Amino acid sequence: MRVSTGFLATRPDEALGKSLRILQTCQMRMRDKGFRVIAAVGLAFAGTAAFAKTITVAAGDDAQSRLQEALISAAPGDIVELGAGRFKLTDGLSLDVAKVTVKGQGSGQSILDFTGQLGAGEGLLVTSDDVVLRDFAVENTKGDGIKSKGADRIVYYQIRVEWTGGPKETNGAYGIYPVESQDVLVDSVLVRGASDAGIYVGQSRNIVVRNSVALENVAGIEIENSYDADVHDNLATRNTGGILVFDLPNLLQMGGKNVRIFENVVVDNSTPNFAPKGNIVANVPTGTGVMVMANRNVHVFDNMLGQNGTTNIMVVGYRYPHEDPKYDPIAKGVAIWGNQHDKAGWDPKFPGSQQIAQALGGSLPPIFWDGAGGDAAKPVIADPVPALSLGLADLKASPESAQPVMLQNSTNLPQELPRIRLPESMEAVVR
Amino acid sequence: MRLLITAVAGLALAVSVKGVPAQVDDAAILSADNPALLSSFGFFNGRAGRPSAALLPYDLRTPLFTDYAEKQRYLYLPDGKTYSVAPDGRIVFPQGSALIKSFGYHDASGRLNIIETRLLLHRAEGWVALPYIWKADGSDAELKVGGARKPVEFTKPDGTKLAISYAVPNKNQCKQCHSTKDSVMPVGPVWHNLSFADAKSRAAFEQRGDMSATGRAFEAKWDDAKTGTLEARALAYLRVNCGHCHKPTGSASNSGLFYDDHERNSAALGIGKRPVAAGRGSGNFDFVIEPGHPERSILIYRMKSTDPGIAMPELGRSTTHDEGIALLEAWIKALPAS
Repeated sequence: MRVSTGFLATRPDEALGKSLRILQTCQMRMRDKGFRVIAAVGLAFAGTAAFAKTITVAAGDDAQSRLQEALISAAPGDIVELGAGRFKLTDGLSLDVAKVTVKGQGSGQSILDFTGQLGAGEGLLVTSDDVVLRDFAVENTKGDGIKSKGADRIVYYQIRVEWTGGPKETNGAYGIYPVESQDVLVDSVLVRGASDAGIYVGQSRNIVVRNSVALENVAGIEIENSYDADVHDNLATRNTGGILVFDLPNLLQMGGKNVRIFENVVVDNSTPNFAPKGNIVANVPTGTGVMVMANRNVHVFDNMLGQNGTTNIMVVGYRYPHEDPKYDPIAKGVAIWGNQHDKAGWDPKFPGSQQIAQALGGSLPPIFWDGAGGDAAKPVIADPVPALSLGLADLKASPESAQPVMLQNSTNLPQELPRIRLPESMEAVVR
Repeated sequence: MRLLITAVAGLALAVSVKGVPAQVDDAAILSADNPALLSSFGFFNGRAGRPSAALLPYDLRTPLFTDYAEKQRYLYLPDGKTYSVAPDGRIVFPQGSALIKSFGYHDASGRLNIIETRLLLHRAEGWVALPYIWKADGSDAELKVGGARKPVEFTKPDGTKLAISYAVPNKNQCKQCHSTKDSVMPVGPVWHNLSFADAKSRAAFEQRGDMSATGRAFEAKWDDAKTGTLEARALAYLRVNCGHCHKPTGSASNSGLFYDDHERNSAALGIGKRPVAAGRGSGNFDFVIEPGHPERSILIYRMKSTDPGIAMPELGRSTTHDEGIALLEAWIKALPAS
């Protein structure tokens, strides 16, 4: 595995060095299938359709209105091409024209700098279908980085979203934020410093997040209230929690299901939780690898997991009061197999966890389930490592009242979920 | 004699500028081309303060707060066309209609300086939103699809002097607030929220429409206790200021927080509801609205902020609406704890 770090704004040795050292010491052998963690960002992509008009926007004075006007005047099929340099922006940008590609000269070269942002809830908002965003960076937005809402078949490729001061509670919430969309591809992106989730896909269907790096966010990658997602070949490190699959009540789309988390490297998620309280991720224990909450049919397999102080894999119910009769707070149909586990659970960070760890000889096992829903909801675990149930079948029971029991491994795995297939037009963008 | 003729000619010219009604150009409203100059539509007689006689002025009982800007609202209906009022009070305008809204501030001498005029044009393909910014000499306004920021100084109702960076929205931002299921739609003209400066304006407006489906029901006026209960006024304020995005078909649909049409489901109103995608907008609080505790309610926290990562509404607000905050604080304070 070769991890390219040349596109980080800050000193890459600082940012990734520790993780790389840990990876080396993990001494885990790559599978033949191969991890393609981190694509080579910065490969020029020269192909443009003959009919497409290219609107070039250079960095420099009045970048806000020149770039925004280009995004408004673009016609379907056009490319808005960002020049190299730093675009100093004062307001959110938005794109509402279908089939437009916004393309920079590379995520280290074309930088949308929102340090001086005065208005709008995100840096770039996309509300049209068939949009491609590629080869540029978004830095230091006051709210979210790039949000796409109701934007079907969107592609995020070789994008960097970064809060350059590193993890801070004052950073924006989400880095890459597709929501309410059908067919989403996030490929070869890097997100660093989000005070909620680096890559967050919400209330969407048919999703692929791959070959990406989530570094020093509260949640590295989060799939929420969504159906049919593949999250694979990503590196989630130095977040509070690496990869989260959640379902929350009182939303238009609920019943999150059919999510595959595979062939990711989820290591050293150790950044103390810096989410503003009140947000659901503020309750993610520091040192969580993969966390599944209240979803159905989540398969976690063939990942490398380690150096996560609370646990490598956690499966829980939604344990907060709610009054939504349509909402199911229990995680069901979770299956775990083929993962490689390194050290985990030596410093668990949820209420009551230290006592449980003490009772178990000093640390939590690398996999645990809160017991929500009882035996009918029990995850199937085939990994040959200790796994624990906290025995909290009742969602109202507090972790302090846990009755931990070890879970038996099982080889009775469910049928594998089908691979997510995206429209050919989307795959063609990154080929 | 020659002098006299010149003088008369001069007088005639002055009269023609001031008094001859501008001819509204229906073709310009309907054409897919967006004119670069506002004068192309003929809505104004040379200045923002001189609307064409063809425009029907109206006001709103509860308006959207936009940094304390003064707003002048007009409806244009093509000759012989009428609007109708749906049972829920939404006004249905015929093709060729235009909603015209100017924004400005009074200067120290009391003169109203109009900064921008926003148009909603009802074309064959649907509504189109366009922002025009007035030139410094006030003679015409130019289309700025990319929006702009203008430094503005004004005095708040409590006497505080403020200097802000006033934001003219870009064309996409117009749509952000005006979208319903991805189409641009008018927000303001709901029958029970309309008001008029005088009986003449009301009569002129009513004469052009069929409001038989609703009659003359009025919604509570947010700042007038005589017009409704605290709750009714709070909900009117929330509907107008938040409900255009916070509705199941609006820009904030993914929040699950809805203030359109007086939603009564308490979780959808935010009562005891945890935030979904608030980020630091949560202010370290657990609930959008915590009954009895405005000081711990995210809704109030976000209304009180001008930080773009926190502030709600997200657009059109560089300052806080103190009077609106006071209304909602009083409402939340009075909500019974569940």
